[in-house]
Amino acid sequence: MRIGIVTFPGSLDDRDAARAVAIAGAEPVMLWHGESDLRGVHAVVLPGGFSYGDYLRCGAISRFAPIMTPIVEQAGDGLPVLGICNGFQILCESHLLPGALTRNASRHFICRDQHLRIEDTTSDWTCAYAPGQQITIPLKNGEGCYVADDRTLDELEGTGRVIARYLQVNPNGSRLDIAGIRNERGNVVGLMPHPEHAVESLTGPGVDGLGFFASVLQSLLSRARP
Amino acid sequence: MSLDTVARAEREPDAVQPFADLGLKADEYERIRGILGRRPTSSELAMYSVMWSEHCSYKSSKVHLRQFGEKSPDSQALMVGIGENAGVVDIGDGWAVTFKIESHNHPSYVEPYQGAATGVGGIVRDIMSMGARPIAVMDALRFGPLDAPDTRRVLPGVVAGIGGYGNCLGLPNIGGEVAFDPSYLGNPLVNALCIGAMRHEDIHLASATGVGNLVVLYGARTGGDGIGGVSVLASQAFTEGGPAKRPSVQVGDPFMEKLLIEATLDVLRAGLVEGIQDLGGAGISCATSELASNGEGGMHVWLDRVLLRDPSLVPEEILMSESQERMCAIVRPANLSAFLDHCAKWDVEAVVIGEVNDSGRLTVDWHGERIVDVPPRSVAHDGPVYRRPFDRPAWQDGLQADDPTALARPSSPEELRATLLDLVGSANLASKSWVTDQYDRYVQGNTVLAQPEDAGMVRVDERTGRGVAVSTDCNGRFAKLDPYAGAQLALAESYRNVCVTGAKPLAVTNCLNFGSPQDPAVMWQFAEAVRGLADGCLALGIPVTGGNVSFYNQTGDTAILPTPVVGVLGVIEDVRRRVRSDWGTGPARIYLLGATHDEFGGSQWAHHVHGHLGGLPPRLDLAVEQRLGKILVEAAAAGMLLAAHDLSDGGLAQGLVEMAISSGTGARCQIPPGLDPFVFLFSESASRAIVVPEPNFEASFLDLCQAAGLPTTRVGEVSPHGATLEFEGLFAVGLAELARVHHAALPAVLDDPA
Repeated sequence: MRIGIVTFPGSLDDRDAARAVAIAGAEPVMLWHGESDLRGVHAVVLPGGFSYGDYLRCGAISRFAPIMTPIVEQAGDGLPVLGICNGFQILCESHLLPGALTRNASRHFICRDQHLRIEDTTSDWTCAYAPGQQITIPLKNGEGCYVADDRTLDELEGTGRVIARYLQVNPNGSRLDIAGIRNERGNVVGLMPHPEHAVESLTGPGVDGLGFFASVLQSLLSRARP
Repeated sequence: MSLDTVARAEREPDAVQPFADLGLKADEYERIRGILGRRPTSSELAMYSVMWSEHCSYKSSKVHLRQFGEKSPDSQALMVGIGENAGVVDIGDGWAVTFKIESHNHPSYVEPYQGAATGVGGIVRDIMSMGARPIAVMDALRFGPLDAPDTRRVLPGVVAGIGGYGNCLGLPNIGGEVAFDPSYLGNPLVNALCIGAMRHEDIHLASATGVGNLVVLYGARTGGDGIGGVSVLASQAFTEGGPAKRPSVQVGDPFMEKLLIEATLDVLRAGLVEGIQDLGGAGISCATSELASNGEGGMHVWLDRVLLRDPSLVPEEILMSESQERMCAIVRPANLSAFLDHCAKWDVEAVVIGEVNDSGRLTVDWHGERIVDVPPRSVAHDGPVYRRPFDRPAWQDGLQADDPTALARPSSPEELRATLLDLVGSANLASKSWVTDQYDRYVQGNTVLAQPEDAGMVRVDERTGRGVAVSTDCNGRFAKLDPYAGAQLALAESYRNVCVTGAKPLAVTNCLNFGSPQDPAVMWQFAEAVRGLADGCLALGIPVTGGNVSFYNQTGDTAILPTPVVGVLGVIEDVRRRVRSDWGTGPARIYLLGATHDEFGGSQWAHHVHGHLGGLPPRLDLAVEQRLGKILVEAAAAGMLLAAHDLSDGGLAQGLVEMAISSGTGARCQIPPGLDPFVFLFSESASRAIVVPEPNFEASFLDLCQAAGLPTTRVGEVSPHGATLEFEGLFAVGLAELARVHHAALPAVLDDPA
């Protein structure tokens, strides 16, 4: 399986995402923001970072990168796409996911090991987890407060599209403690914390993050063998 | 006013020049006239004035700093010594690392966010100019009292600046220090450290070699920021009324820095660079004169080719501008188009501004007219050298005589318990997670240890697990009591911090923060600290590979505590063998290595409880320190250690508390018979560590210590799943209470909107 990782100017966790993909057993393929060819990858990760310095709204410039055209197009056809942190922000700006991510309630950048509960295991990126499973992965963001209008929140909640929620501490003031959501089809997932930093016990708080990458492989394999 | 050219300087030899306003002394100005055989042009005067400034020339410190070279121990590991942008050390398997620490103290007081941010940017470019890939950053910070109103202005701004800039670069922040003392209230210290790694063959030096090679300036455009004293020249040229006020604090653009990092790594990897230099203090003046001085000896620059953010800048300003996020590379003509392609890929602007020659002169033209014609070495390296008078101050004897033994000590169990909690929650000993949680410690996925561990550790080679550990330390109170011993104690603590993680110390960097060099008492502190550090490095067998001096840290006549911050870098062959301070969930026995004496001079207890500073700092025997370090490293490599932790500020009690909190598991401890509990718990005697051996290896570990003649004291046992830290027969404290007190101190002040 080939999983593409997009590098935008200012992407930071692209190499980490590639490492996580490799540890999960897939082949990472680095994709450049200025190109418009997905090189036949089976899934795409939009990594964390500060694309274009986040000087404008986070993700607002990256959504116009040439690479986003085929990503948005193929996401509509079911291509699994995971947006982590800045990637989540880009997915919201691209309208692949509803809502927006705003400045943390504390107004500080926060880096911590965050407890989460996996709320939905039907998506391409969470199907390897057990429903309700509690995991710990790093969180690091300055603008991770998830907001949406009440109708959208009701709909996300009502249709089981909140895929992960903060436990114990809501680090950024997100509505409904939302850490991650998915689209209706379940192939596009946005997640504020960083599963790619929890794939080796030596360099992270554990290996709880591997499940996201294992999930997409499992999901792609089950598609290949219907 | 028209352009001041070389021709005009010859034609009008007697023109009056504002050298004093630029910070040059009359004899220095005369020396420049002597070097050139005529008066300098205004551009030349600008170049000499900044390059001969204290900051760039080290004119007051040079005579002392020479000891770092003269007393340098024989080191197999040293590949590039002191003098380059940053020294380079061999860490084995063909890998080399470079590291350096630099101050950004004054800008951080004026404008905390930008001052601290650009400090990070500058040190990262310094590391890249050795050809290295930056792999981690750290910061050593010092502020006034935590509850002082100005600390609430400066500290959050500095932390936000370091985070805002550093987090955007994709470099993990793996630790450092945060300390508080009234002497830093008007002079906070912001010392930024960066570590870089490279293959041996990729080391690049800042030299302009190869006649005909091109000088390429790339990165951000040049603007009017950070020009400082040079506006004197500009104002004389352009305004009648008064000097043009240029902001002297630079403004950082971390996104540009990130692109600059990527573009630089690309051109280095592609082998397109002959020499490389960052632009920091003194901007283009510094970069061109240093590159030329270190290379073939000649360079010509077409200054009008420099891309400008502000087209109204005059040549003097362009030469001096300290605009951030710029680098200078020496590139073969045949490689130029490939070099420019890499820059274009990252949207980084690049332009050829000059050419290397063998004329022995640095010449600069502005639209076809010669405005600079100087021997580059006279600008970059042959600046003035001062032997400033230094004198042991009269008050030093009185300070040392004011022994802390007279201070009231806690003795009852209740008093000891209250003292422990008081110290655990004091600003200097409390958890610094309010600060460090604003930094990304995970990015790059190679961070093995970060705050609050004793040292930060990153993996360099993912295949073999080879990595490096770095720590910075200094107790300025010790240095005030005895600058020679204080510098050595800072070195010893940093060395020990690296050893307890299992890494073998290899090299030293330093950031020497002091008051005014024109005060003989301060100059004595400086001279003593340098002598102590140089002697200490020789004794421990680890060379100084670089550093930085920051003078003039004082408010009125009152200098800061002398603060020689010492950074030590060590290597570990396999980061999987690293030792943490988390002692697990037990059962296991806890040992104290090293001897404890009644030593409270400069201690955290005397400072916090009594507001006292006097007496002598703890005694230090570097041979003992080295033996302790050797045992820690050997035992870690053999997998003998479950946990280890350095003892320093706050003594044994603080060390046990930190280990218990980080592991979430309590312990039952005993005061050895015949020892005074207060001294045992709170003394800050040097060369000590807490060690928890793996139970299977306990006997062999103790044998190792005995063979080395290292005293070991059994302190207690980790209580399986226990939730209290108990001192038998004295008192017990619940972990929840300890953690609450330890974590509450900084947020209680800094999160308070008042």
